[in-house]
Amino acid sequence: MNASEQLDATFAALADPTRRAILARLMSGEASVNELAQPFSMSQPAISKHLKVLERAGLIERRRDEQRRPRRLDARPLADASAWLENYRRFWEESFERLDSLLDEMKSQQKAQPPIKRGKQR
Amino acid sequence: MKNTGTLKVTLPSDREVALIRVFDAPRQMVYDALTKPELLKRWFGPHGWSLSVCEVDLRVGGGFRFVLCGPDGRTMGMRGVYRELSPPERTVHLESFDDFPGSEAQVTTVLVEQDGKTTLTATVLSPSREVRDAVLKSGMEHGAAETYDKLAALLASEVAA
Repeated sequence: MNASEQLDATFAALADPTRRAILARLMSGEASVNELAQPFSMSQPAISKHLKVLERAGLIERRRDEQRRPRRLDARPLADASAWLENYRRFWEESFERLDSLLDEMKSQQKAQPPIKRGKQR
Repeated sequence: MKNTGTLKVTLPSDREVALIRVFDAPRQMVYDALTKPELLKRWFGPHGWSLSVCEVDLRVGGGFRFVLCGPDGRTMGMRGVYRELSPPERTVHLESFDDFPGSEAQVTTVLVEQDGKTTLTATVLSPSREVRDAVLKSGMEHGAAETYDKLAALLASEVAA
């Protein structure tokens, strides 16, 4: 997978609320499929399907040697996706800060103008 | 790092990014700032970047052309076509980056005014990963750990909600 396909897979994986909840759970440590399935009213095959998507995206790892606690979080793809989002956010945040100043200026200009046309005043 | 905390970025789906931001100004003023070139030139682009080209043909079927100039002489060109213009509350346009011709994203901007403040929601629907990559390539100087923490907090808050 190249960087672009990786980003695609990461965002697709993150688009689902159940998968986000699974990732959030794994942030506090490794867990077995049963433990991951517990908070959801879902069958184990349904959870396994979600886990496969997360695995394909490289977001979680399966430990072959330990059947009981096979899943853990791999932070790297998340970090890339997060860095992308951070860039995007920063572009707009900085632009919008400049827009705030401009709008302030526009408002004070509007206030300075008389609401109706008047004759010359001294 | 400075963080005003007022800009919200969400991922409604794997092809969408949504931006939500409140401005302390009436809606018509925000609409003008988003569509008039003489105003766009004064805010569009992050710190250190400015619009060297800013042409706007504000009608449905008309378009815009922006070139952003940044530090180290870097430039980023983009163009778009207006699909829908309903001043002062809604616009829909297509946009693409010069580096990725043919990879158009559709941007729907909605402005809602309440008590003199305007909430802007811009939803970017990307047909392909190229558009996202264009932004990705515009510079990835942020520490991964720091941003990872933020994403973790984002995920956690969503689960808690």
